[in-house]
Amino acid sequence: MKTRRFSLVTAALALSSAAATTLFAQIPLERTPPDKLTPQQLALRPKAIDAPDIKYEVVRDFMKLPPNVYLGEGIGIARNSKGHIFVNSCAQQTKTFEFDEKGNYVREIGKELYGHVFCHGVRVDAQDNIWVIDEGSNSIIKFNPEGRVTMVLGRRDEWPMGGMVAPLAALDPAPPYIFNRPTDVGFDAAGNIFVADGYVNSRIAKYDKYGKFIKQVGTRGSGPGQFTLLHAIAVDAKGDVYGGSRSDRRIVVFDNDLNYKTVYDHVGAPWSLCISPGPHQYLYTANSNPDNQNTPLHEVSGQVFKMELDGKVVGKFGVPGKEQGQFSTVHGLDCSVPNEVLTSELTQWRMQKFILHPTAEQGGK
Amino acid sequence: MRYSRLASTGLAATLLFAGSLLAQQQPREIAFESAGDFLKLPADIHFGEVAGVATTSTGNLWVYTRSGGPNATIGASRTYINGGARLFEFDRSGKLLREIGSGPTGRPYSFLFAQGVRVDPQNNFWVVDRASRMVVKFDPSGRVLMTLGRRPEAIGEVGSSAGSGVFGRGGGPPGSGVPGDNFNQPTDVAWDAAGNIFVADAYTNARVAKFDKTGRFAKSWGQTGAEPGQFNTPHSIAVDGQGNVYVADMGNKRIQVFDNNGTFKTQFTNVGAPRAICISPGPQQFLYSSNSNPTEDPFLNGEIYKMQLDGTVVGKFGRAGKQFKEFGMVNAIDCRDPNTLYVAELMNWRVQKLTLRN
Repeated sequence: MKTRRFSLVTAALALSSAAATTLFAQIPLERTPPDKLTPQQLALRPKAIDAPDIKYEVVRDFMKLPPNVYLGEGIGIARNSKGHIFVNSCAQQTKTFEFDEKGNYVREIGKELYGHVFCHGVRVDAQDNIWVIDEGSNSIIKFNPEGRVTMVLGRRDEWPMGGMVAPLAALDPAPPYIFNRPTDVGFDAAGNIFVADGYVNSRIAKYDKYGKFIKQVGTRGSGPGQFTLLHAIAVDAKGDVYGGSRSDRRIVVFDNDLNYKTVYDHVGAPWSLCISPGPHQYLYTANSNPDNQNTPLHEVSGQVFKMELDGKVVGKFGVPGKEQGQFSTVHGLDCSVPNEVLTSELTQWRMQKFILHPTAEQGGK
Repeated sequence: MRYSRLASTGLAATLLFAGSLLAQQQPREIAFESAGDFLKLPADIHFGEVAGVATTSTGNLWVYTRSGGPNATIGASRTYINGGARLFEFDRSGKLLREIGSGPTGRPYSFLFAQGVRVDPQNNFWVVDRASRMVVKFDPSGRVLMTLGRRPEAIGEVGSSAGSGVFGRGGGPPGSGVPGDNFNQPTDVAWDAAGNIFVADAYTNARVAKFDKTGRFAKSWGQTGAEPGQFNTPHSIAVDGQGNVYVADMGNKRIQVFDNNGTFKTQFTNVGAPRAICISPGPQQFLYSSNSNPTEDPFLNGEIYKMQLDGTVVGKFGRAGKQFKEFGMVNAIDCRDPNTLYVAELMNWRVQKLTLRN
């Protein structure tokens, strides 16, 4: 067994007396050096692996759960304009939780919800509505900021009366309003809704803000405008749409009318995507380590890339592992506050908050 | 040249004629309003697909909804299911009064997959559950008065008395209209003035079952088919003041009318695919019917028709969609007051209170 040297520096830094209770730990950037990697591992490394390392810290013990409340696998994560954080999780049953800006548990959203079967993500739109993506009920559920359901896209199958039924096969083209294990949702400035319908179908579907179908793009494959496990989606301020095609390790970019523009194939497998706000937007993508450490991929994955929207990599950060400040199969990313990244993780039942140092083009070193 | 001009003149005349016919047949639009989110729920209670809504004579509302779950207990030989449906009572202002089965013993045994709730003239409420294959009568206080049908002991069991998608104890494959007092995915219940009970046994058995007021099985009619007296998903049922029985034969896109003994009288084929029907009380009764959208298209059809009992369409209102004043697969209509309707929507997870204006 290879010994990793992630000697986590636990020297806590009290940033100021006002924030004396917030403990930060600096995370070392060392990974297994390239000369220790196998040829297979070298081939699996993202092409942009030599991008500059971004300095960062993790906020230690950020997630604070009351006694007897358990998260389960961290599936999706998103933050609203007030800093409150929403995480959905495969607890004993699928649930969506709200935390405050300090990571304190606030409440459960959508208790005993008909659409909570097997969650796959949560996003917050510009009006602070909360959108839950559920691949078990094949539904995208919109809650208002108070946590009441205001719209449902897709439909949970009526109960199979004779027992279990086999999942439906992929349909091409997929029916406009029926999803088959959807994975993510995004919004443009006009409120149009973009659904990544990605595990079985392989398409991005665009709806207007009232839920009316406009158009769709995508078939299964690795050509231009195709997807192989469309696992994440993000929309920039201009309305361009970024689809994360996980299994063939590409980010496929479309304009707002879903015309194919380009592809980014140098940042590994996009498990999750997010785009930061403001006049200068960045695209973050998680090339997550798989849920099995005994794979060649594990040693060369588990980092988040920070990119310009045109695909130029600004930097990268993160190492795989179970300790705080490491990534344990990141499944959700939030970057709604500049230079902050929130993660929800599968193989360690947690969310984490990371503070990034400014990168060079931001005036950092 | 001359020939073609003549031909096109003739075509234009034909189109004009057809157009005027269409204009005559197009029902007038009834103006209406929606009260929006008028049912107030605590933060931790959410409707799922709302299958049933019914008012009491005092103006309270029963709402039967699909909820999270159901949960399965997997045994070696049997899979037992619990949960999956919730029944709430609200007052006329939309305030939540109670939930049936919120006590330590949990929800009633038949609450698995909500399909409908109706209130009879004595304010008893009747809960129709598609998965438990039961129709259960509760008195106004919430005590069980009568159970019709029997819940399968386990999911997918073969040869149960209640049928499970395979042959029931009564025998016969799906759609054969097996007579008897056990149901296979029932959808609705109605009563005549004498208290006889009519159950739409829709999804698998495709028939109507009649019971006397004591719950004794009287007769059964219908099976899968498109002929008069046959059904393709008889999804909703209503009885008028004379005891005639109106069956929303959804898959055949018609409402069939039978006399009190199940003899076919007539059918209405001009109101789309009726998923939910309701007959208002009083000396002048109206029949309401929803041409609900299909799962595949939440923006197709969706209008609700108001008709005389002879099938004359008085008008129509609404359309499919997700906003208020739009409908997402209306599954139940309450029309105790013919100008104040309550509709339960499966795909929009809500109840709307509608006021008709003309």
